[in-house]
Amino acid sequence: MSYFSRRKFLGKTGALLSAMVAAGFITSTAMAADYPTAEVNTTGLAVTDDTVTVGILHSLTGTMAISETGAQEAEKLAIKQINESGGILGRQIKIIQEDGASDWPTFAEKSRKLLRNDKVAAVFGCWTSASRKAVLPIFEQENGILYYPTFYEGLEQSKNVIYTGQEATQQILAGLDWVAEEKGAKTYFLIGSDYIWPRTSMKIARIHIEKVLGGQVVGEEYKPLGDTQFGSIINRIRLRKPDVIFAAVVGGSNVAWFKQLNAAGITSKNQTLLTLSVTEDEVLGIGGENLEGFYSVMKYFQSLDNPNNVEFVKAFKEMHGADSVIGDVTQAAYLGPWLWKAAVEKAGSFDIDKIVEVSRTGEIELDTAPEGYVKLHPNHHLWSKTRIGQWNRDGQATVVFESDLIEPNPFPEGYQ
Amino acid sequence: MGDFSLQELTSILAMQGFVGISLFSVLLLMALGLAIIFGQMGVINMAHGEFMAMGAYTTYLLSVMTQTYFPELMNYYFLIAIVASFIVAGSFGYLTEYVLIRHLYKRPLDTLLATWGLSLIMQQSFRSFFGAREVSPTLPDWLMGSWMPTDSIFIPINGMFVLGLTGFVTLGVFLLMYRSAWGLNVRATTQNRVMSGAVGINTKRVDRLTFALGCGIAGIAGAAFTTIASTGPTSGSLYIVDTFMVVVFGGAASLFGTIASAFTIAQAQSILEFFISSSMAKVLTLLTLIIILMIRPEGLFSSKVRK
Repeated sequence: MSYFSRRKFLGKTGALLSAMVAAGFITSTAMAADYPTAEVNTTGLAVTDDTVTVGILHSLTGTMAISETGAQEAEKLAIKQINESGGILGRQIKIIQEDGASDWPTFAEKSRKLLRNDKVAAVFGCWTSASRKAVLPIFEQENGILYYPTFYEGLEQSKNVIYTGQEATQQILAGLDWVAEEKGAKTYFLIGSDYIWPRTSMKIARIHIEKVLGGQVVGEEYKPLGDTQFGSIINRIRLRKPDVIFAAVVGGSNVAWFKQLNAAGITSKNQTLLTLSVTEDEVLGIGGENLEGFYSVMKYFQSLDNPNNVEFVKAFKEMHGADSVIGDVTQAAYLGPWLWKAAVEKAGSFDIDKIVEVSRTGEIELDTAPEGYVKLHPNHHLWSKTRIGQWNRDGQATVVFESDLIEPNPFPEGYQ
Repeated sequence: MGDFSLQELTSILAMQGFVGISLFSVLLLMALGLAIIFGQMGVINMAHGEFMAMGAYTTYLLSVMTQTYFPELMNYYFLIAIVASFIVAGSFGYLTEYVLIRHLYKRPLDTLLATWGLSLIMQQSFRSFFGAREVSPTLPDWLMGSWMPTDSIFIPINGMFVLGLTGFVTLGVFLLMYRSAWGLNVRATTQNRVMSGAVGINTKRVDRLTFALGCGIAGIAGAAFTTIASTGPTSGSLYIVDTFMVVVFGGAASLFGTIASAFTIAQAQSILEFFISSSMAKVLTLLTLIIILMIRPEGLFSSKVRK
């Protein structure tokens, strides 16, 4: 199995990279010797002759553990697979895991510990924008590298972060274009939780709807985080009769929102709804029966039918249980270690500066990603496809639309 | 904006009216258990939300078990779940009082800290047993969807169910506290603990049962709320602020105060929310509350006890 997946990975990766690593594969045992530690690690990272240490930094406790569980499970799977296929520059990856505990200062403190004391070669972690903003100055100061998996609001690009999820325009614009064309939507009701990600997303959505699609926003509402009463808003939606409800509600509110919407008689039979914030993970809490027929816009769905994904889902379930589910962020987190491996092998070094340099060439690519081919843009975000999934009662989505590869654009002009 | 017929507008107003009543029943059900504990015993139970989550998880467990072993009973399990939630949360409350609370009656501020610690322990236990992700009990079909008295009016069935349950529980609490011998003991203990002891009331036992009753009602609320909101390790913390707001505003020692307070807050919140943004509605509601509490620090209905 390890031999197979390694071959498959190599076979499909860029020609230069394959040639280089394949040479190492043939003389697998001698490979670490081909890359003497003194040469691949000039800045004192935790790299020995046969191991390299990385950090995983997610919330295992506290309110964000709901979301971050899947991400850290996927990162461990990727690292296990890399190790089974011979490691990275002949070195096995060791993990130091820290708990961010859903608390942003704790994230900062733990990232400082990972970078300064443990000297980890890379960190895979964070979920919320708040936690990323908290660790960012530390990664810049200590010159570490963070692989960040969540789809987020954009407006950021750091030398020390690789963003493996989508930034806002990739997710939103394609979704709105689809709903305008496919459903002939003219009027939109925007609703989100009251914090930075939904507000930034809805700002982009409103500009796109009004300026590009020639549609009309008939309502824009934000609910305080954790609020569980949506009755009044549902009646306002009835009053406005929008063609589409465009939603970005998160957390416990998200569950309440869909349960109450369904109970109030607003279902896919009489209303089109497109959401930015429901993945397979959220469906567990909301219940498939409350979502049936509604649409999510994401770059990945567990039901994607391609050989990479079939194998990924199988491996994930083997490692983490048959009834585990895989959402968009989980898949993006899985890409982190693989992208890091590709960059290290291309650079022939663990040095952060060299990894950043090759990451900026625009030539780091993965053919083996479950979501399909992805490529790293010089702006540190991924080219990726955007997909629309329609939810079924069983908690899985049917993909009804797939875009071309979309260029990441974290600072969209005219959308700010 | 769409154009409406008069009939549509009337329908929406009718539905909005129900939203207000529905929110009232939710707030009241949340607050009843706390009102008993805080009002009768003066204990600030910060773990109230977690006792609700305990009820919600009991419902979830029963839902899973019913589906696995007795799928033909799926239509009825929810009623059993409510009773089970009451028993589970109530028993745990009884234990909590025995182990933790009774040592702290003379230090009311410390109960705040102790129960807050308890809430963190309970949250992490839920996370360890049930996983960090939210879960969703399968609801029986009769609780789903909406009742349509006319073509354009949708009344959520889960809302009506919570309303009915709240009425039932409130009536039960009323009968127990004001029409039973046990209730007389509780009220006597509240008014004068030493004298109650002197006339032969076992005040320790009264305390323990009162605390258990409050927690049990929180469990019922948790079970009922699985129909309208989320079930996760931290779901309970979503309710705790609103719950305290209702109890403090209503006046700590009065059941009628709690009812009046839940009604006022629910109507203010839902009506404002219909016209202005949710965050702004919340700000205005809270501001009004603060002003009223400045004028009447004891809340809407204060108990007339000689101090």
